[in-house]
Amino acid sequence: MDNILEMRGITKEFPGVKALDNVNMTVRRGEIRALVGENGAGKSTLMKVLSGVYPHGSYDGEIIYEGRPMAFRTIADSEREGIIIIHQELALVPGLSIAENIFLGNEIARRGIIDWRETHQRTAALLEKVGLRENPETRVDELGLGKQQLVEIAKALSKEVKLLILDEPTSSLNEKDSDALLELLHDFRAQGISAILISHKLNEVSKVADSITVLRDGATVSHKDCAGGSYSEADIIRDMVGRSLSNRYPPRHPKIGETVMEVRNWTVRHPTHSERLAVDNVSFHVRRGEVLGIAGLMGAGRTELAMSLFGGSYGTVVGGEVLLHGKPVDVSSIPKAIKAGLAYVTEDRKGCGLVLGDTIRRNVPLANLEAIAVNTVIDSSREAGVAVDYRGMLNIKCASIEQETVNLSGGNQQKVVLAKWLFSDPEILILDEPTRGIDVGAKFEIYVIIDKLAAQGKSVIVISSEMPELLGITDRLYVMNEGRFVGEMPTPEATQEKIMSMIINSGE
Amino acid sequence: MDQAQILAPPAAERPKASKGFIRKHLREYGILFALIVIMAFFQIATGGILLRPVNLTNLVLQNSYIVIMAIGMLLVIVSGHIDLSVGSVLGFIGALAAVMIVHWNMHYVLVAILCLGMGALIGAVQGFWVAYYKIPSFIVTLAGMLVFKGLTLWLLAGQSIGPFPQDFRLIASGFVPDIFGMEGFNLLSLVAGLTVSAVLLGFAVHNRRRQAKSGLVDEPLAFFIGKYALIIFALIGGSYLLATFRGLPNVLIIMALLIAIYSFIANRTTIGRRIYAVGGNEKAAKLSGIRSERLVFLTFANMGMLAALAGLVFAARLNTATPKAGLAFELDVIAAVFIGGASMSGGVGTIIGAVVGAFIMGVMNNGMSILGVGIDWQQVIKGLVLLAAVVFDIYNKNKG
Repeated sequence: MDNILEMRGITKEFPGVKALDNVNMTVRRGEIRALVGENGAGKSTLMKVLSGVYPHGSYDGEIIYEGRPMAFRTIADSEREGIIIIHQELALVPGLSIAENIFLGNEIARRGIIDWRETHQRTAALLEKVGLRENPETRVDELGLGKQQLVEIAKALSKEVKLLILDEPTSSLNEKDSDALLELLHDFRAQGISAILISHKLNEVSKVADSITVLRDGATVSHKDCAGGSYSEADIIRDMVGRSLSNRYPPRHPKIGETVMEVRNWTVRHPTHSERLAVDNVSFHVRRGEVLGIAGLMGAGRTELAMSLFGGSYGTVVGGEVLLHGKPVDVSSIPKAIKAGLAYVTEDRKGCGLVLGDTIRRNVPLANLEAIAVNTVIDSSREAGVAVDYRGMLNIKCASIEQETVNLSGGNQQKVVLAKWLFSDPEILILDEPTRGIDVGAKFEIYVIIDKLAAQGKSVIVISSEMPELLGITDRLYVMNEGRFVGEMPTPEATQEKIMSMIINSGE
Repeated sequence: MDQAQILAPPAAERPKASKGFIRKHLREYGILFALIVIMAFFQIATGGILLRPVNLTNLVLQNSYIVIMAIGMLLVIVSGHIDLSVGSVLGFIGALAAVMIVHWNMHYVLVAILCLGMGALIGAVQGFWVAYYKIPSFIVTLAGMLVFKGLTLWLLAGQSIGPFPQDFRLIASGFVPDIFGMEGFNLLSLVAGLTVSAVLLGFAVHNRRRQAKSGLVDEPLAFFIGKYALIIFALIGGSYLLATFRGLPNVLIIMALLIAIYSFIANRTTIGRRIYAVGGNEKAAKLSGIRSERLVFLTFANMGMLAALAGLVFAARLNTATPKAGLAFELDVIAAVFIGGASMSGGVGTIIGAVVGAFIMGVMNNGMSILGVGIDWQQVIKGLVLLAAVVFDIYNKNKG
């Protein structure tokens, strides 16, 4: 069998981070290759290199495709060669019809005038190929996610695809739709179309793929055929997470007290797909001085859980109650949640955490302006004092507190958001991906802050997709998958393998 | 302690600090500088007519309603919205006041109160749709613009209504009586100018001293002195010129009070701070427990009230309510706010900037009229100035 694709020695650096380090990957003609790895292992980056999102020259290494070296500068370049990538977030225009979407940017037209008859005929033929029985004129937003996924694939087929890349294609599909989609990959293989499948769901990977490449920390770890179960899930998991952890976390000496907050049967509907439950009957508690972790993959419903608890800022809460110190509390609006003693530090610090155009001084007191004001008049020297205090306490590196937060590094921005919430003096802090996208040094500082907060008697809930981080800094862990809590354990008893297999087994 | 020592930043930081400071505040100084240059240009081009006491008085009277509305519009734009209906609301309130005073013989004080309430109500209704139903403000207020233009025509039945009683007209055309009673010179005006200057200077020095205490002075001393010297020169010079004519126009007092009150609200109160936060990043503001809907609602209600006040001033000044009142005023008001440095995306802008922006527009209108520039070219030039101001803003931002 010959190779359709060879990527050799791919290295891609971002300022301060080596996202890919000498990665090699080959795909044989007519095989389904799975690409697995933890969040942040470099899978998406690698596919962006391949598809020309990162143009030739912005990375090192070479891409040999169909026996020739390639230098893609744009996605259009790679599409012309038959490499089509279907992203996790679908790239369909909701208000347009199936046919219009499939031929978007590639319209069947003569002198700018679209030939609708031909468009609809070709669309119907493509839809038949992917097994979707819909009228080509149906609007895409009238279809469910599974069918939208098929439209994306039909769109890929319309471009004479030779190598199809699917990024988490089944993450938002139910089981039946997933199976149909995976079946389709087998059909394509029979027609000579190769595929790269990125997926967290190892059971489906084992089922459909011919071989598996595992990435970890931007490097290829293994590369094996998996036909007939020759590469067991346990082995895959070990390869995915197997790195040593030493001194990346401050030591924890927890002093855990009584239960502070208890959440019972919390159930939340998805804001737009009201038939879906984003959070499904979740119960948990957190104690005084405890650092509690919530593990899970992206899309497991952790952010949704946290935001819905924080004043119903996500979806519609349809069931459950919150108890603080044994008494039910109303957290139905954000001001009420803050007053009850909750703080939520967002995973999206630029989009939802900071007023980027404002200074550090003006960002820090935003959640608790009353504390620096007398009769609603802001005492500017007290305000400056607060900002200066937190700058010192959290070691925010800046020229002055008058610096606009947009100009700070990721780690320092995160500290400003933290400062804002610390100043609101909460009892329970929910930190959502507190170290995402910040460098190792700043991460350590954030861990130290978390440790100190717990030592002061606060309850800290940490949501993170980085399992080593959760294992390093928490006292107890819940595992979340598909909106439900699927496991709980004290951190000392937890391992990454255990968590992974909990997630994977729960999906079955 | 030595005064200079308090005011000056540590010597070592000085050159670097002032350079960074200029870049950061280029816009603020730029607009003040632009106003001075434009005034100087027209003063020379008109052979000194621009700053003649009678013309200066006119300049204040002519621009009062734009300034009043620009204050409200600044808050609306800072919160991330826009209000296109203000011109129509101004016309509608003028017509309403005329009908009530002239046709129904109601007392003008009662009418003024009712009209301000009506303006607030109009703003509140529009704000309701914008804030709670998330209808884009552009659409809601475009609808409001048509509705109130129509209602004005209906109220007036296509005719002008007037004249108003003398007492009512005093809000726009009256002058504060001179308590000193000097012949040919309104001493009160000069005294007021001196007093305001002294108070401003006092505040400024006090603030700077406090900043120095917490080590937060970043305005170089030369800039501080230069800025206040200019402001005080303008205040005293302006009040002297007014004194040689008829003194302080009533409407100048209204404007000064509004500027002071709203600057205070915008800069120093929690509600002002929250409006800036909502405009700067609504999601972050909401997640910080700020009720963004209520604030947006309030800024629109406030805008409606100020548009009503401007409507009363305008009607009183013309001494009649006409169907054409307020036509295209929203454009001048919005232009003033953007010339004054506010950002289309919200979260940025100052009351003072908007007021200076309004005066830039006003001085250009006035100066070009004196020079006999036709209304056609006036529009062209004003449009280009608006574009230049915003281009300068964006360029400056991208570079910094």
